[in-house]
Amino acid sequence: MADLALGHPAARRQRWLAAVRRGGPRLWIGAALVGMLVLVALLAPWIAPHDPLEQDLMSAQLPPSWMTGGDPAYLLGTDSLGRCVLSRLIYSARTAVAVALIAATLAAAIGTTLGLFAGSFGGFLDQLISRLIDVWMAFPPVLLSIVLAAVIGAGLTSVIAAIVVVDWTRFARVVRAETMVQLARDYAAAARVIGLTPGKILRLEILPNLVPLLVTLLAVEMGIAILVEVILSFVGISVSGDTPTWGGMIAEGRQIVYQAPWIMALPIGCIIVSVIGLNLLGDGLRLSLDPVQRQ
Amino acid sequence: MTATLSVRDLCVAIGAVNVLRGVSLEVEPGEVRGLVGESGAGKSMLGRAVLGLLPANATITSGSIAFEGRDLLGLRDAERRKLLGRRIALIPQDPMTSLNPVKRVGAQISVLLRHHLGLSKRAALARAAELLAEVAIREPARVLGLYPHEISGGMRQRVLIAMAFACDPGLVIADEPTTALDVTVQRQVLQLVERLRRSHGAAVLFVTHDLGVVAKICRTMTVLHAGRVLEEGETADVLARPRHPYTRALLAATPRADRPAEALRPVPPALIEQLWSEARRLDRVSAAGQP
Repeated sequence: MADLALGHPAARRQRWLAAVRRGGPRLWIGAALVGMLVLVALLAPWIAPHDPLEQDLMSAQLPPSWMTGGDPAYLLGTDSLGRCVLSRLIYSARTAVAVALIAATLAAAIGTTLGLFAGSFGGFLDQLISRLIDVWMAFPPVLLSIVLAAVIGAGLTSVIAAIVVVDWTRFARVVRAETMVQLARDYAAAARVIGLTPGKILRLEILPNLVPLLVTLLAVEMGIAILVEVILSFVGISVSGDTPTWGGMIAEGRQIVYQAPWIMALPIGCIIVSVIGLNLLGDGLRLSLDPVQRQ
Repeated sequence: MTATLSVRDLCVAIGAVNVLRGVSLEVEPGEVRGLVGESGAGKSMLGRAVLGLLPANATITSGSIAFEGRDLLGLRDAERRKLLGRRIALIPQDPMTSLNPVKRVGAQISVLLRHHLGLSKRAALARAAELLAEVAIREPARVLGLYPHEISGGMRQRVLIAMAFACDPGLVIADEPTTALDVTVQRQVLQLVERLRRSHGAAVLFVTHDLGVVAKICRTMTVLHAGRVLEEGETADVLARPRHPYTRALLAATPRADRPAEALRPVPPALIEQLWSEARRLDRVSAAGQP
């Protein structure tokens, strides 16, 4: 009897396969890129060839090893203080992944909660939350983050706080609109007729219908969080100075971009690949999670 | 014996427009009452008023609704929710959209059973399988694991019927449950509603515009037009000897297999105009009567 809810195992496997197929190349390319990013972040101490902070002024600004003058010990070369660029890139992924995961999840939780309330209760509460969103979105988001991070002070927590405080509106606005749409559907009326409380209707009936939307938003938001963290560390108000970050590497590389362009180009490449990976994954997941598209 | 449903002089207005103009209706326990009328007659509005699901801009201006002797209009939301789904159930009009698209059939039925009967997850699923078997769904265990779009329209309607009767309600409101279905499936659905009504002992308020459906399963019927009751009585009597000219006109406008299509007569526009002007006169009288 216990497997009644789950359906037959064979049917479940088929559903999984069908879901993966619906996601298409976006799903698996995105998953591969994001998976790689997360793995690199987790395994940083084991896969990095050098200590990212170890300076070797004798071998500063070495080009990548395949270029003339490169040292095979430093695969992607060294920066102006002689630190291993590859190791710094690998360790930077830790900050990026931590910020993306925590900040995006918190922003999603706050935004979704407020959006659900605004969309379902309507009236005064809706007006209050909607106007709050309007006022919030009137500020340029990156500027607001910079001001916030500068006020709270440097550190991982303040970077995350700055992103959450700015970006919850992205979720709240979309979730509010979608909640209203879903509540007007017949199945929501049917749920009221069977006597479910408004809270249960939101949790058991409406929220499952928002999942594909939320997953997409969450992935996009993780990409944005990575970008905002890069900007904050570029202007030097992110995590403490001795922690390597992609933004910080770009800032350092910018000063010697004519002598050693790879120092700036490599972190930019990492950022682009991460953000594209997250967007592809979100897109693919949306396609494979939406059961209405299951045919 | 208390009537299952007792509606008295119910008036409902949407903005300044009256949609129900003093409707009275009694449904005895176990009775199947047909509620007939053309589009806009207010028949669905009556069903929604009983369920407490009137649109936000509609107000009940006067009258009362009692279910098994309890006044429904004075109930607090929490008390009404205890009745809904358990003592008063709805078979919705459109089976294609009335099930949650992202939840498996089993999950949707068990939400209802767990909410009202406090069953455990496992017991609810087992009971859901029994309910599906009762509405003649083959392989109920497999269907429980399917999503609504993976089953046919007729099957979805049967799932909804099973849900309506799941908690042994006293009254089931069937809001045109056959309208969205194929004619071949309609008959099965009607037989099913009749069979479940008998086995669960519920009264049914069958809202429809199809006199053929009423003739098949309703013992009594009420003819509604412009929010007024024009005629009511035993179905056999009303259909054999309609007293109101509107009922006669409706019958003449119903296609039947034993009559040539040329014999069909549309309801005369003069009659409709006369009925509406009566309704408007009623509105003026009641408006003048208010302080």
